[in-house]
Amino acid sequence: MFELSSEGKQQVLNELKRYEAKESAVLPALYIGQRENKGFINAEVIRALSNVMGIPESHINEVFTFYSMYNKTPIGKYHVQVCRTLSCMLNGAKELTHHLCKELNVKLGDVSSDGRFTVTEAECLGSCGTAPMMQINDKYYENLTPESAMNLLRGMK
Amino acid sequence: MQQTSSETKYLTEFYHLPEFKGLEGYKKNGGYVDLEKALKMQPQQIIDEVKTSGLRGRGGAGFSTGMKWGFLPKNDEPRYLLCNADEGEPGTFKDRMMMEKAPHQLIEGMIISGYAINSKKSYIYVRGEYDESINTLATAIQEAYKAGYLGKNILGSGFDHDMDIYRGAGAYICGEETGMISSLEGLKGQPKLKPPFPAVQGYLRKPTIVNNVETLAVVKYVIRDGAAAYKKYGTEKSTGTKLFSLSGNVTKPGNYEVPLGYPLKDMVYTLGGGFKPGRKLKAVIPGGSSAPVMTAEEAMKATLDYECLAQMGTMLGSGAIIVIDDNQCMVECLANLMHFYHHESCGQCTPCREGTGWLDKIVHSILAGKGRMQDIELLIKVADNMKGKTICALSDAAALPVLSFVTKFREEFEYFVREGKSKVKGVAYVAHNSH
Repeated sequence: MFELSSEGKQQVLNELKRYEAKESAVLPALYIGQRENKGFINAEVIRALSNVMGIPESHINEVFTFYSMYNKTPIGKYHVQVCRTLSCMLNGAKELTHHLCKELNVKLGDVSSDGRFTVTEAECLGSCGTAPMMQINDKYYENLTPESAMNLLRGMK
Repeated sequence: MQQTSSETKYLTEFYHLPEFKGLEGYKKNGGYVDLEKALKMQPQQIIDEVKTSGLRGRGGAGFSTGMKWGFLPKNDEPRYLLCNADEGEPGTFKDRMMMEKAPHQLIEGMIISGYAINSKKSYIYVRGEYDESINTLATAIQEAYKAGYLGKNILGSGFDHDMDIYRGAGAYICGEETGMISSLEGLKGQPKLKPPFPAVQGYLRKPTIVNNVETLAVVKYVIRDGAAAYKKYGTEKSTGTKLFSLSGNVTKPGNYEVPLGYPLKDMVYTLGGGFKPGRKLKAVIPGGSSAPVMTAEEAMKATLDYECLAQMGTMLGSGAIIVIDDNQCMVECLANLMHFYHHESCGQCTPCREGTGWLDKIVHSILAGKGRMQDIELLIKVADNMKGKTICALSDAAALPVLSFVTKFREEFEYFVREGKSKVKGVAYVAHNSH
């Protein structure tokens, strides 16, 4: 059964006090839950947040499923999101994604067998002048080639 | 003012200085003196100055900022200022640069704006992916509090203002102002029916002004130089300079600041460096992916201002210019965009939820070499039925590219259907719909 750490619980309580409306804390709380559950959210995380926040599970669940940055399934240690939208596509995003999946031997959305990588496609990440690009966990990597991107991933243990 | 290879660096004058990011470096280069000046003015004077400057919202809709502020009720009810930093319109990356290189410029513009509209609390809603922007802003806000630019009795003026950041979680629709308000309230980011407009009933049903990052930063400069001086840049109806995000197939993509009315041709060939050898211009999307596409011929005649692009049947939008060269397949480009709009539709209104899904499916079936000739008409029909029928503009934003792509590059769509492969690339694509 998932439980928030005491530190995580305190952070959620702080978020509850931070905004004028209690519900405004749902988005930040989901980030905290996701971080404490190895990068994804399931029914147990929702239940734990609901208990701490006093907000119905149905509400938290509705918010969780709406936004793309909350992961619905287990995720590798490094979440590699390749921007797929127009400016990146014009500069080789499809080839980039294909190359990464092939070299890592994973399908889009799956976790690599060593647990290190999940490759997904993301919609426009606002880095169109430095295309193609990818986001790995919180960080942007820009002006990539399939080879340079793969070299970056090889260095991530 | 610094002139570099025909850029006009008005907002971005000091962006090349790494120190401009921190409070000390910002103050050394004219930072927060305009806040001091503004706090000695009457709030209404500031609103009038902004109105007179002709400043129009830099996020996409291009609505008069002063007029928007004027919609606030004339009473003492608490009101919020909400900075829209949910930059998500494909092709746009200017606000990110502004937040990362000059966070205090935005904060100063926001405090001045907050004072003008008598708001004691503001939020900067930043898209969740912009981790560096969020961290940079958080540091800058702390610095501003320590220096007395935020908090109680700012610089002894008696004006109080608090500022906080709200992190989005990945949803294009939250860039729509009422969708953003829903999200800030901790809900799904679904837009709300207008009226009431946010200026009357916004965050927690209180009056709320939502302005783009660039718009709020400009306010500082309108106060610094005065409306008359600001209006010297740009055209009569499109005043000032604007940051344009240039991307796609040009050799020098990036953010460029130019006066409105600047020729699109110079943006592509001079600032953007033109194309790789052997390639030439095919099409330009001038204002973010929702703006109707222009042919090369149209683009060469266009100037980058609200009225010229509107006259030509497209729009300036967020100032995101996506350049497409003759090595690209227009069917593939449209399919890419339809996948985007289908993914980003919030699902609230039927014409948009169903329409974006059908557009995505139909254009991907053409792209897979399985299209029928009547599918081209069907695309137009579906798109026509999506315009003006929904709570927000996302439905129109999906329909307009379809209508312009299919009308202006119809031959490529017909070729794809007839031959089962791309006229440009000579292949078909396996439909992939990963949602």
